[in-house]
Amino acid sequence: MKRRSALDIFFGGSLVATIAAFLYPVVRFVLPPKRTGASVDSIVAAQAGELAPNSAKVFKFGAAPAILVNTPEGNLVALTAVCTHLTCNVRFDAETGTLFCPCHNGRFDLGGNVLSGPPPRPLEAFAVTVSGTDIIVSRRG
Amino acid sequence: MKIPIVRLLAVAALFAPLAAFGQKNGCIDCHDQLDDELKAPVAAFAADVHREYGLSCEDCHGGNPATDDIGLAKDKSYKGAPARGLIPVFCGGCHADAAAMRAFNPALRTDQLSQYETSRHGLLLKSGDAKVAVCTDCHAVHGILSAKMPKSTIFPWNIPQTCGRCHSDRELMAGYRIPADQVEEYMGSVHAKALFEKKDLSAPACNDCHGNHGAYPPSVTSVAAVCRQCHPSAGELFSQSPHKKAFDELGMGECETCHGNHRIEPPSTSMIGTDAGAVCVQCHDPGSRGFETAAEIRRTLDGFSAAYDEVEGLLGLARRKGVEVSDAEFSLLDVHTVLVSAENLTHGLDAAAISKAVAEGEQALGGVRTAARGAVDEASFRRRGLAVTTAILALFGAALALKVRRMGRLRRGEGSPGSPGPTVP
Amino acid sequence: MAGSLARDVWRFLDERFLISDLAGFARKKMVPEHRRSFWYFFGGICLFLTGIQVATGGLLLLYYTPHVDAAHESIQFIMGGVKFGWLIRSVHSWTANILIGMMFVHMFSTFFLKAYRKPRELTWVTGFLLLVLFMAFGFSGYLLPWNELSYFATRVGTDIAGSLPLIGPWLKTVILGGPEVSQATLTRFFWFHVALLPAVALSLVAVHVLLVQTLGMSKPIGERGKREIPFFPDFIYKDALGWTVILVLVGVLCVFLPWEVGAKADPLASTPLGIKPEWYFTFMFSTLKIVPAHILSIEGEKLAILGFLAGGLLWMLVPFLDRRARREEKNPLWTWIGLALAAYIVVMTVLTYTVPNL
Repeated sequence: MKRRSALDIFFGGSLVATIAAFLYPVVRFVLPPKRTGASVDSIVAAQAGELAPNSAKVFKFGAAPAILVNTPEGNLVALTAVCTHLTCNVRFDAETGTLFCPCHNGRFDLGGNVLSGPPPRPLEAFAVTVSGTDIIVSRRG
Repeated sequence: MKIPIVRLLAVAALFAPLAAFGQKNGCIDCHDQLDDELKAPVAAFAADVHREYGLSCEDCHGGNPATDDIGLAKDKSYKGAPARGLIPVFCGGCHADAAAMRAFNPALRTDQLSQYETSRHGLLLKSGDAKVAVCTDCHAVHGILSAKMPKSTIFPWNIPQTCGRCHSDRELMAGYRIPADQVEEYMGSVHAKALFEKKDLSAPACNDCHGNHGAYPPSVTSVAAVCRQCHPSAGELFSQSPHKKAFDELGMGECETCHGNHRIEPPSTSMIGTDAGAVCVQCHDPGSRGFETAAEIRRTLDGFSAAYDEVEGLLGLARRKGVEVSDAEFSLLDVHTVLVSAENLTHGLDAAAISKAVAEGEQALGGVRTAARGAVDEASFRRRGLAVTTAILALFGAALALKVRRMGRLRRGEGSPGSPGPTVP
Repeated sequence: MAGSLARDVWRFLDERFLISDLAGFARKKMVPEHRRSFWYFFGGICLFLTGIQVATGGLLLLYYTPHVDAAHESIQFIMGGVKFGWLIRSVHSWTANILIGMMFVHMFSTFFLKAYRKPRELTWVTGFLLLVLFMAFGFSGYLLPWNELSYFATRVGTDIAGSLPLIGPWLKTVILGGPEVSQATLTRFFWFHVALLPAVALSLVAVHVLLVQTLGMSKPIGERGKREIPFFPDFIYKDALGWTVILVLVGVLCVFLPWEVGAKADPLASTPLGIKPEWYFTFMFSTLKIVPAHILSIEGEKLAILGFLAGGLLWMLVPFLDRRARREEKNPLWTWIGLALAAYIVVMTVLTYTVPNL
């Protein structure tokens, strides 16, 4: 006949606690997180109607910022927001319809070409497609 | 087949320049045997840009390179080395002749000589002062390199040194009553840091503000125009601000008054405001509108800057504790851009506009602050979790140890070691 | 009540799997206890840590993407966006290093105790192959985060493989899936790491463990003590105690020194100064660095690599070369060789990290 001693209860209890301590993180890990992963090739940058004409939105694309511009004519363009000079973030200047980098006054047109200032290279442009109400930005080529 | 001799010679003449390559050059052969300053031209010329185009000693100095005899070499066409005062015209003989330069490099400008003649150096030279800079002082002689080559005396980061050969010479400059500290001052500036440390070739050196061949000290008004080349937004804001009219009336240099000319420091918010280190109080008395505006702008910027630093510190703390915060740091970059933008807006002196920009930034910062606090909390959560798990494992380990000890005692109590003994629960 | 439920479950399984005999065998299994029996634990530790690697590796598969545009980002996501992702990944990375360290200890302890002597030669051979396989696990896994260090360490490592005479360039192309480190390499290393190597390693582990269970534990030559303890449950409990201690160590490491994500690999960037492979390769890496450029007109590096291959082969065949051990005689020669090798590995590893610009 097996006798349940205090040690046995202690042993069994701590064994169960140990197993629970390991199962808890594993279960939390497996249950899907709210944000579903890093999209790097294409991302839903905005919803239709979210951006007024002649305004822009900065969003994360992969590991770097990108900017989605709704031009005065109503066209959508998306480019990287990383200035090619010293990697500050460019902003949309509604008055001139250009992308402006406040760090050293670099200026780009909406095609990414350098208009003035120190940036040595144009900004990489992305492809924009509208699918339903989603505005999808994806890498070209 | 008889080919007319004239046609043959004409064809051969087309290749004449090539004949320079590999042809005997008595000048070089002879001077190579000499010492010091008579040998130096040969050594330097090996790297010279003119040599790449097939030119050699006789193209500038005249003479006959086909002979070894010094008397025959220095024939009627021999010009020798020109006097200092005649060097610009000497070089200009080709470099100011568009038709001649077209044969070698059609894209090269040919207005250097005419520009030089308007420059301070050129004007002084014309009045008889041969101590001023001529072509060879900046471009070197015999070993002239294109400005695109990093070893050239006129490559951007070599220019301060080139100009400094004369302009840092106190005795020489004393004769013209010019200070000799410009290069030293420049080397302490943010532009020098960009050029030398960050290797940013778009950063200005002496020639970008003073001009190349037409170098002349810029007038009070022209300095600002020069700054606007790279800093148009600051210039535009300034032009729209009350300062523009005031500075013009007072004859004060627009950018220079606050930022200096050679030793331009990286701007900071400490330049604005009403404390001792600020620029504003140099003109604005306490109680005046300018004084109040300066104080308000400084308060707004300081507040935003402090909030930014606080969040940056939180993120750094979380990162040091091992929490992944690159998403939040990414968002912080955007806020940093707002901060830089707001600091730029100070040129417009519009306190309301600055407050508006800062308000936008503070909203974005709020989101990052939440993420940062969350990250620091996560670090604490991990440590607490570790403590709990370690406690549980310690208890389990103790239970195991006690079990092992008890079994050992029971087995030993069973008699002969090695017998399976009773089944121990 | 719990007791009778357990008995019913046992009876159900026994009638279908016929496990009573197995259970009987297990109950009778004994483990010798003597001055050196402490070293017996290291095999079990290796097995335990392997289990952790399989578990955490399988969990990481849930969120990792083996594509150059997404690998680094997926690791970043695991570290920052998945609950306890930081823990699972850090456990996997830390345990990999600890496991290989434990395997070295296990290998040298069995060597010095001459556990490889007849009839346990194949245990030694499969064990050595397992060490090589697990180092390949480490090498292939290291590339998967696709950060700066992984990219260049892979480049340097495969360059060394490529310098082997005759088969070098071909071998390098096969390993890399092309002429250089690229997407093809990442896919291939992923295949190595989660499919090929696990299949081979698990089979070898099965053989290795089967041999240990069948042949029992080897006693040092000349050990005449007869003390023994039952494998179930005494030895298992002691094993588990060791495992618990290691778990606490791993936990502390993961909370205070979580594995870094690093900067994303940029093939166009220049190789970082002082790039090194993981520590368990450094003794070979540093040897290649200090070997003279030419020895008797043969390239020093190639000679060194061939030396390592030959040395490894000899080491693997020690059970067949150490005749005296077979006769249960002590053999100081092999003991000294083992000591020399252990000392060499330790010294070269330490030198890699202490001497600048080695």
